[in-house]
Amino acid sequence: MKVKPVNHARAAEAFIKDTPHLTFHDERLWDLRQKRDQQMHELPEWQELRTLASQIKEHTLANLPEYLEQFEANAKKNGIHVHWAADGAEHNRIVGEILEKHGVKSLIKSKSMVTEECNMREYLEPRGVVVTETDLGERIQQLDNQMPSHIVVPAVHKLTPDVAKLFAEHYHTDPNDDDPQSLAWSQRLAARPVILAADAGMTGGNFLVAETGTFVVCTNEGNADLSATVPGLHIATLGIERLVPRMADLGVFVRMLSRSALGSPITQYTTHFRGPQDGSEMHVVLVDNGRSHRLGMEDFWTSLKCIRCGACMNTCPVYRRSGGLSYGAVYSGPIGAIIDPTFNERKYSTLPFASTMNGSCSNVCPVRINIHEQLYKWRRVLAEHHELPFVKREVMHMAGRLMGQPKLYRAAISGTETALGVLPRFALYNWLNPWGKNRELPHPVKQTFHSWYKQNRLKTKKKGEDA
Amino acid sequence: MSGTGVRMKIGLFVPCYIDAFYPKTGIATLELLEKLGQDVEYPLDQTCCGQPMANSGCNKDAAAAEALFVKNFARYDAIVMPSGSCAHHVKDNFDAIPQTDEVRHVRKNTYELVEFLHDVLKVDAFPWAEFPHKVGLHNSCGTLRALRTASMSELGEPFFSKPMDLLSKVRGISFATPRRPDECCGFGGTFSVTEEAVSARMGVDKVRDHHEAGAEYIVSADTSCMMHQQGCAERAGVPIRFIHIAEILNGARA
Repeated sequence: MKVKPVNHARAAEAFIKDTPHLTFHDERLWDLRQKRDQQMHELPEWQELRTLASQIKEHTLANLPEYLEQFEANAKKNGIHVHWAADGAEHNRIVGEILEKHGVKSLIKSKSMVTEECNMREYLEPRGVVVTETDLGERIQQLDNQMPSHIVVPAVHKLTPDVAKLFAEHYHTDPNDDDPQSLAWSQRLAARPVILAADAGMTGGNFLVAETGTFVVCTNEGNADLSATVPGLHIATLGIERLVPRMADLGVFVRMLSRSALGSPITQYTTHFRGPQDGSEMHVVLVDNGRSHRLGMEDFWTSLKCIRCGACMNTCPVYRRSGGLSYGAVYSGPIGAIIDPTFNERKYSTLPFASTMNGSCSNVCPVRINIHEQLYKWRRVLAEHHELPFVKREVMHMAGRLMGQPKLYRAAISGTETALGVLPRFALYNWLNPWGKNRELPHPVKQTFHSWYKQNRLKTKKKGEDA
Repeated sequence: MSGTGVRMKIGLFVPCYIDAFYPKTGIATLELLEKLGQDVEYPLDQTCCGQPMANSGCNKDAAAAEALFVKNFARYDAIVMPSGSCAHHVKDNFDAIPQTDEVRHVRKNTYELVEFLHDVLKVDAFPWAEFPHKVGLHNSCGTLRALRTASMSELGEPFFSKPMDLLSKVRGISFATPRRPDECCGFGGTFSVTEEAVSARMGVDKVRDHHEAGAEYIVSADTSCMMHQQGCAERAGVPIRFIHIAEILNGARA
């Protein structure tokens, strides 16, 4: 059976109907965008930093094999075990084997989009490993059996009463106590014993540094540091595009990451992992999972520059009003809409159309990814690959034909028989029907501009010529 | 009046939805350019610039419209249109047909009305214009982020606004300051029907923002955005009116 494309429009419609959630979601993320703007205004060199960041990433991507090998060699010198995973299945197998070798039954982990890509929890749990997310938002999503709806704030589509209900179900707390502090406290009480007793810890990572063979994890809750250091076995999973060549390059990105994401100057914790602690083990799994393929796509390879700050999501007026889950993918929002089709073109064929192509995303992107232009290009690719809904394709084909023939077009505008005979009018009208669901139609006018011009300019001109 | 004394042979493009639903905007554009001493013609065989097809990914289906556009407009010094998104398409994406010298001429000399008045004619006064109302300016994303007729909030660049420069020369006009001046209104072409719910919600948020800021009118260089916003405002009962910038500059009082 063919995969069905994600129905973003329908999911978004459901999200919009719930006004309290919609309003909070829109305003919370808009607030992040405002805070990001304030940070930008405080750094006169902001645009220069964006250019530098973009150049560093493009250079790294253009020389990816060399830098990856450099990273591997240096990481090994630091006593880190380095693994290579071509895809999600291989990643999960590698992680599974490490855990099995150490007899791990309980794994604590911090947020990692790559493990979401790989569906790692679903792989490990049937194999007897209990996985506990330690990031608050990610834990909420895990308990609710949902994907993260945002790459930085995974549960931003929820309100505190939702969390109170969820915690009551899992932690047996008061379902009516939706005070954020007591909810955070409940999570802490539930998480700390698990952290202390865990057999292994897992983290994602924001940056790999080739020249030092080290990696950097940025968080605001400190949970990654606990996950990495408490159990004595640390596995870090990172996409191969997370690389920067030198330690000196890192400053550019660390300055931009949290400013773009949350509008704070830096994350609370910016931890450099340089090697295992005495008596413990450290593993890094470098994951490809489609990245090499993407690197070869002329129009889309620069999407690999992404540092996962989520600024494009915060500014996106469509994302803010549809919620991350409506994208039906690990990566939502503008960046998701240009990355997801590289994982499954049919399934995510609708996402590049879930955009007005207003371009705000490209403007806030700290690494200058031309997101809205890639959305435009994806639409072409998807049309060429026949991934557009039949009706839309037909309507565009009809419209294209009509617009090339002035006489037929005039006839259609004035609604005469000539046009009706040629155009399957019902298809066009049915397709346009949704316009009126929440909107009035434009008011009818007595005369088109075309007809006015003929009457008021051509006739008078002719008269002038005759005289 | 024109600050340069330039007189050009201008081809006027009136987009399909203006032709059919907002002829006043087309008339105002024509009269305004005539008042400014320009030699304006409206080629009768024009239809569309190809944007709806191209934006939907169906670039091949845009070829006939683009070819016809070039046939109609290649003979003019400048092609002017009261639509930012159409101008953006012609300038930046018009590639369904081979790029001949004629096509390149057309693309290079296509202007959205505001940028034409501001940058080419450098108009410094509209002595006939008076609009004693508080207006909220809506910059379409095409004019703002593609044609760059105003500064963009995301970039933190020094403030500038070509449409506001022009409107400031109109007697009696004042401006409302919406909370999210750069936010897209949600029209987005076919997006308005394929993503109806999001589109309409963005539209109603947009008109409320202007209304709450005290705007009596929303004024824009893009009728397509306003057609959508007007539909949303009327359905939601937001009392606000809409007018194209060409009409104000041409002397409309209300």
